[in-house]
Amino acid sequence: MEPVIRFRSAVAFAGRFPVLAGVDLDVAPGDVMLLRGANGAGKTSILRAAAGLLRVVSGEARVLGSDLAVDQRAVRRKVGLLGHASGLYDDLSVSDNLKFALRSSGVSPTRASYALDTLGLVGRLEATPVRSLSAGQRRRVALAVLLARDPDLWLLDEPHAGLDADHRDLLDGLVKSAASRGKTVVIASHEADRAEPLAGHIATVAGGVVVEVAPGPARRDAGDAASTAEVERVVA
Amino acid sequence: MLGMLLARRRWNALWRDALLVSSKDLRIEFRSRVTTTQVAPYAVLVLVLFGFAFDQDQNLLTKAAAGLFWVAVLLSSLLAVQRSYAIEATDGARDSLRLSGLDPAGIFLGKTLAVVAELLILEVLLGFGVVVLFGIQLHDPALLVVTCLAASVGLAAAGILYGMIAAGLRVRETLLPLLILPVVAPVLLGATQAWMAALGTAGGGTDGWRWLSLLVSFTVIYIAAGSLAFSILVEES
Repeated sequence: MEPVIRFRSAVAFAGRFPVLAGVDLDVAPGDVMLLRGANGAGKTSILRAAAGLLRVVSGEARVLGSDLAVDQRAVRRKVGLLGHASGLYDDLSVSDNLKFALRSSGVSPTRASYALDTLGLVGRLEATPVRSLSAGQRRRVALAVLLARDPDLWLLDEPHAGLDADHRDLLDGLVKSAASRGKTVVIASHEADRAEPLAGHIATVAGGVVVEVAPGPARRDAGDAASTAEVERVVA
Repeated sequence: MLGMLLARRRWNALWRDALLVSSKDLRIEFRSRVTTTQVAPYAVLVLVLFGFAFDQDQNLLTKAAAGLFWVAVLLSSLLAVQRSYAIEATDGARDSLRLSGLDPAGIFLGKTLAVVAELLILEVLLGFGVVVLFGIQLHDPALLVVTCLAASVGLAAAGILYGMIAAGLRVRETLLPLLILPVVAPVLLGATQAWMAALGTAGGGTDGWRWLSLLVSFTVIYIAAGSLAFSILVEES
């Protein structure tokens, strides 16, 4: 089966600085891949390149069957990126942000209510302008956008940052649930205790290259039922 | 037949994207009230200051009214364009827009439409200001209205196009006026001449409708250039 992400000697620049210096990486469908490494190692750049936001100038970069060297935009509607920034508009309400994100991605806005319910963004919060939210709440709204879009490839950059304990558990449940539904998840994280148990594979990134890929202590065999039960427990 | 069907589908998708982006931008402006509390007062202030400067000579004020009006609109359009990009610069919103897969030409047209709507509202406000402050009377209201429409679309299209060129640069706030002002000089010239004809303050030989054709040509060129170039600019900015 063709990997969801296939990078071979992938090179990318941020300005004149080479942020990816020949990355080789395969991520299989349904896998949860953890990227770990020091600050500036290139984890975020790998995620941005996989999302088609960072141009790969040489080498091979195929994501979900699309050659990003040929068409950087081809993959974007099938990919969701939870980055350091929330990607939200401060002056729009939570609900308006979610609806705009869904409409602009070609997804039915009817999925918004499910995502808002799941992330606990209902009632007064739904109509609150994003500028009035705490960092953790903004993170939950960004996560709600991702959940509602339900893309084939989830790219999560430090996803636990800013979330409280309950919502960290919820996030873990959502990742497990997504993987059990055949979605592919790539997580860049420094929080080994949270992220490693989720990982089917762990890639170590240093100096803009992947130096090692090892099997992770995946708990995916816990299965769909357990993941769903965990989500329901936290939502309740 | 299939080609026409695909072209029609792409055309519909393009305008659906454009309306989505413009309604989002206008909703943000409505909620933030930056246009009503900052851009509009700025434009009125510019007009009032012109009024003070030429207060001694009512005849000169009347003759210069069209030019002063369009200078005020032009300066305000810079704020509107900067604001249009400022809302995309916060908290990674531009990356979200790129990730959404919206047609870049649709994003360009949508942002242009939103700025056009803001400029038209502003022009109505300034139009009242010109009548009240400068004692202007209308001779050709149809020419006046069509000039406003064409000039607003031209200013917005050129502004959004050059705004995207400047968007990725650290010095964008100061660079944007330097990029836009020389480019939109034909709009200032055409709109002023057309308005002078419409207000009856031009010389006898001025044909306002011919100046309007210059405006329309400028507008068509920038709409086409923006629609074609935006896919590259969105990626490179």
